[in-house]
Amino acid sequence: MEKLRVEHVTKIFGKQTAQALKLVEQQKSKTEILEKTGATVGVYDANFTVNEGEIFVIMGLSGSGKSTLIRLLNRLIDPTSGKIHIDGQNITSLSKGELQNIRREKMSMVFQNFGLFPHRTILENTEYGLEVRGISKEQRRLKAEKALQNAGLLAYKDQYPSQLSGGMQQRVGLARALANDPEILLMDEAFSALDPLIRKDMQDELLELQANVQKTIIFITHDLNEALRIGDRIAIMKDGKIMQIGTGEEILTNPANDYIRTFLEDVDRSKVLTAENVMVRPMTVNIENDGPKVALQRMREEEISVLIAVDKQRQFKGYITANDALEGAKNGLKSVQSFVKTDMPTVDSTTVIQDILPIISDSPTPVAVVDEGKLRGILIRGVIIESLASSSQGGELNE
Amino acid sequence: MNNFLNNIPKLEVADTVENTMDWLTKTFSGLFKVMQTGGKSVMESVTALLTAVPPIVFILVVAILAFFATRRKFGLPVFSIFGLLFIYNQGLWEQLMNTFTLVLFSSIIAIVLGVPIGILMSKNNVAENSIKPILDFMQTMPGFVYLIPAVAFFGIGVVPGVFASVIFALPPTVRFTSLGIRQVPKELVEAADSFGSTGAQKLFKVELPLAKSTIMAGINQTVLLSLSMVVIASMIGAPGLGREVLSALQRAQVGNGFVAGLSLVIFAIIVDRLTQSLNQKK
Repeated sequence: MEKLRVEHVTKIFGKQTAQALKLVEQQKSKTEILEKTGATVGVYDANFTVNEGEIFVIMGLSGSGKSTLIRLLNRLIDPTSGKIHIDGQNITSLSKGELQNIRREKMSMVFQNFGLFPHRTILENTEYGLEVRGISKEQRRLKAEKALQNAGLLAYKDQYPSQLSGGMQQRVGLARALANDPEILLMDEAFSALDPLIRKDMQDELLELQANVQKTIIFITHDLNEALRIGDRIAIMKDGKIMQIGTGEEILTNPANDYIRTFLEDVDRSKVLTAENVMVRPMTVNIENDGPKVALQRMREEEISVLIAVDKQRQFKGYITANDALEGAKNGLKSVQSFVKTDMPTVDSTTVIQDILPIISDSPTPVAVVDEGKLRGILIRGVIIESLASSSQGGELNE
Repeated sequence: MNNFLNNIPKLEVADTVENTMDWLTKTFSGLFKVMQTGGKSVMESVTALLTAVPPIVFILVVAILAFFATRRKFGLPVFSIFGLLFIYNQGLWEQLMNTFTLVLFSSIIAIVLGVPIGILMSKNNVAENSIKPILDFMQTMPGFVYLIPAVAFFGIGVVPGVFASVIFALPPTVRFTSLGIRQVPKELVEAADSFGSTGAQKLFKVELPLAKSTIMAGINQTVLLSLSMVVIASMIGAPGLGREVLSALQRAQVGNGFVAGLSLVIFAIIVDRLTQSLNQKK
């Protein structure tokens, strides 16, 4: 279900906004507009929808307008033009009081540098959203303590933010946002200030949290790996414009333009590409029909020494080698069934390459891709390595 | 060329100011009179009350206050005890109490006026641009000049003294309040906004607490400036240590001048250290 819809939203900072808007429509660059009008284009003509329970990642380099865009969603920055609908309600036309209510009830924000109030204890910070809503002291204390408990930070409730590590502070930031029980969570580079290991933990925690509570999350990041890891869908921004929106895989395998393609070169593809993306068509032998001579014939044609054994339903059964087939042919066997070997490792089609690499390097044979018993394809070391090396040809890997 | 310059008639700035002052004095004479008599009686009773406290009790209270305010250090309490005993010993106790009242009232009025003006300045760029030059004017104009309207409005005595001190001492509180609030990190202001705080909630729960130490630095400056007006205010009849300095000056009594001046310095140090240590506390 659609939760948030952004329609033609544009934000221009500065005075000559009308003139700047015209230049943007003429496809002038950001610097050119700045020189001519003194106005800065923050976001230009952003259009997207976010569904309920989705993690929507907006990613871009610094200056791409992603932080401006997220602030337009709760109107910390007012858009120059365009509409933003939350649950069908256009929030760009709300009065100050109505906007305050939306902020109190529907959405909370998590900040890059945590945004914790240094003069308040952890508990008082967590209570803040409830406090401004006018919830009674006992009740808000109860809710805040519960939020801290979920974050595993209850023991620190009487400490001040400066006494906690960065990772813990951001957990408090998240707990503070969640204590409000918002429907939408706006996360502005929430994990960017944390060191890589903690960041990974926090990403896991966020995914786990999302599995439990199903919030609608808008997540800003400049880190493509982070975007691919947690995003259900990703929007890539450049110079205030959204260049492409899609799932991680769509973007990786089918980048919309050269900018995104160069961008993708930085990605650690082994964490993103799955077996499905890199498997090749297997040469099979049917254990119910085929005999060793057929198998040998096929190996000769394809210049390979191993065939994958399947039954009529293409259920994976194992493999046969050229040596065994030759032996079988000499002995006059009618079926390959008696010398099918079963020690071939298998993975399913959603396994990422990172997890396939150790399996394939330990195995003398190729690795079979099997979904629910059925053979889908085969993984060959050379193809996998090639896929990791070639970054801009993702489209061709997908059969 | 010179002829040309001389042909411009002299602008009648002085006359205009004088006429305005006359008009103000006449129009609001009732109000000024009430303020003069009311203010005078309030301040005199406060001084009377302070003088009624046995000096030894007063000194001990200041010392204990200093002890706790400086987080249990002995420097300031010891200094306070000896300093105040010295002033008492020189027979300047009543004058000290008069000065104390003057400083107390002018500081409180300056803070009560200054903090809200500073908040307004921090929130509104138009207000900032119009108030800033006025503050510059107030700070650079020699303190003596304020005595003239003070006398015109209130006659002589302690009330015009407070009036002149307030004008002279107000700017730091206003400036520092504005600065303190503008210096609150943007992300924290955004955090407060993003949770749907009203303007007042944001101000009282986030901005003022975070600006507190800067505002306190401004208040400290205000207190010291109003203290520095004590001698000037005594020229229009404000009682206190300043009057002793002034009369020593008029009679060229170096010794008396030194003692009264030293007493003022002692008092200033105690007040300064006390207000500063309030700021350092968590």
